[in-house]
Amino acid sequence: MRRSKLALPALLAASALVLSGCATSSGELTLTVPDVPMKAELGAFEGELNIVNWSGFVDPKWVDPFTAETGCVVNSRVAGTSDEMVTLMRTGEYDIVSASGDAALRLIVGGDVAPLNMDLIPNFSDEIAEGMKGQIYDVVNGKPYGVPIGRGANLLQYNETVTGGAPESWDVVWEADSPYAGKITAYDAPIYIADAAVYLMSTKPELGITNPYALDETQLAAAVELLKQQNTIIGEYWSDPVAQITSFVGGNTVVGTSWEILKKFAAQENLKTTLPKEGSTGWYDTWLVSTTSPNSNCAYAWIDYTSQASVNGAIAMNFGMAPANIAFCATDADTQAHCDQFAAEDEAFWDQVWPWTTPIEECVDGRTDVKCTSFQDWTNAWVTVKG
Amino acid sequence: MSAIQKAPNRPLSTYLHKRPNTRLVALLALPMTWLVGVYIISLTLLLVTAFWFIDPFTSKVIPGFTLENFVNIFTVPAYFATSMRTLGIAIAVTVVCILFAIPLGIFMAKIARPWVRNLLAVAITLPLWAGYLVKLLAMRLTFTEEGLFNWLMAPFGISGPGFGIPVTILTLAYLWFPYMALPVFTAIRQLPLNLFDASADLGAKGWPTVFRMVLPLITPAIIAGSVFTFSLSLGDYLAARFVGGSTQMIGSIIASNINLNPPVAAAFSMVPIAFVVMYLMVARRTGSLERM
Repeated sequence: MRRSKLALPALLAASALVLSGCATSSGELTLTVPDVPMKAELGAFEGELNIVNWSGFVDPKWVDPFTAETGCVVNSRVAGTSDEMVTLMRTGEYDIVSASGDAALRLIVGGDVAPLNMDLIPNFSDEIAEGMKGQIYDVVNGKPYGVPIGRGANLLQYNETVTGGAPESWDVVWEADSPYAGKITAYDAPIYIADAAVYLMSTKPELGITNPYALDETQLAAAVELLKQQNTIIGEYWSDPVAQITSFVGGNTVVGTSWEILKKFAAQENLKTTLPKEGSTGWYDTWLVSTTSPNSNCAYAWIDYTSQASVNGAIAMNFGMAPANIAFCATDADTQAHCDQFAAEDEAFWDQVWPWTTPIEECVDGRTDVKCTSFQDWTNAWVTVKG
Repeated sequence: MSAIQKAPNRPLSTYLHKRPNTRLVALLALPMTWLVGVYIISLTLLLVTAFWFIDPFTSKVIPGFTLENFVNIFTVPAYFATSMRTLGIAIAVTVVCILFAIPLGIFMAKIARPWVRNLLAVAITLPLWAGYLVKLLAMRLTFTEEGLFNWLMAPFGISGPGFGIPVTILTLAYLWFPYMALPVFTAIRQLPLNLFDASADLGAKGWPTVFRMVLPLITPAIIAGSVFTFSLSLGDYLAARFVGGSTQMIGSIIASNINLNPPVAAAFSMVPIAFVVMYLMVARRTGSLERM
């Protein structure tokens, strides 16, 4: 660990932020993040709360009771992508964000969000799914920054009428000789490079990838090579869920990346999803609180309120994902069916899923002998993939 | 009451009549505030960003001066290829629009009966009433694998091109066609009928009349229309996203970088501007702009 960096003035550390890292003896990763103080105790409610959230996370059904209880008036701004969320949070106009893991670490190392005092969030309890606790994207250096909301896996969706069964492997979307060449779809974002890395982990073990979000130069080049090969057999990339659904329903796409909820919306018997043998990536959403939030009491109240089983479950059902608070599943038959469809309680399933994490120069797999590629490198690489 | 008696009742007019400078300021205040304050300043702020840096750790923009973002446009093969592809698409869209607009314009202006002409004029402008996204999705549905096009063509054993560059060109031509058709139609309509008679008297048949008489006279209208079709195509990115398959255009690069790397997005927004300026300079050399 380059301790000399820690002696730099705090301001410089926050803006230029030279990252350095090491794996401690316990095997736990240490990242250099700006020293942002944690809230010590709750005060009076400010009467206002500004949220950046995914569509479906903030709904009058659970906002109205919250406002009635605390007096905090909730203003919601829906973001379309993780990148938009990061940009919005950096304006300083929002108190809280429902960030996915690919945005969370960027905000944490940028000093845009503050560590959380979990004593002030009593509803964050044992009921939170095991696989959503203490993940690298929201717990850094042992300090919690995020409170889990829910998660979803990037699954392989296929048109059973054409494939005649579930593909066992992701090779149908990666290999140039795929029988579905020209009818393949892929997620249109730099974070999709991690999906290529996951495939390479099992097909090219000699590359030595142990974490799809910790790629050095050579490993990133190999992933980009694979993505360029895929580009020649891609029918279309999707970032808009509606476009993805119409693509599958209209027959333009036979296999490709999808979410359980998109399959549900497509409502076609012959469209199915599977988790191939290589595993996959997934999005894990958490509430993060802005460093500069003037409404931090309302923010803590909101996080605590939405962490209880009923509200957390309502959000998860409304958006279409596995809830973080699995106590919700046992509420009634409907909620159990929802949890079963989205594998909420199936930790063995989630063991095969790599949660989206922002790649940073410090290798998140704990390697210290090389520099890893940052999200900026991934962004630049992604454009070249699409040529 | 006479006008002289009425004059004192209009103090504003009296005041402005005596002060031509104030009159000018009053006239231009609103448009200039808009043009400079909103339009030019925001555009300049965007373009200045093109010379700034991005912090690789946090993706935050840092003011400074670098030409790297522009150099990248030429040195990164994917960037350069995308620029050229977009230019090609914009030219193709313009050509398609011209090819459709001229025969249609001649028919509407010189051959069709008034009610047919009115019907066609409505048909051309009708799509302008629909939302942009609605039209894109309509084209998307038309050209999906199980869409209208394949259904219609199936009896002839023809299957559609699938989403890609051809459908993108077709969609953009569909979107911008009114901007080409209307000026061309108006220009042809203004051609005196006796020019056609004179052409016929001199022994010219249909094609020579079109190429040697109509075309040179309506060139300014074609250029006016092509400025729209060309520049609008250069800046578009949703068409590529919805019907382009894996096609990437300049707009796609700007859209995917606007949050992640604003300087690159800003540098790329210069590319269409450069193309349009070059196009206008070529058009000016032909002398068409003076006659517009």
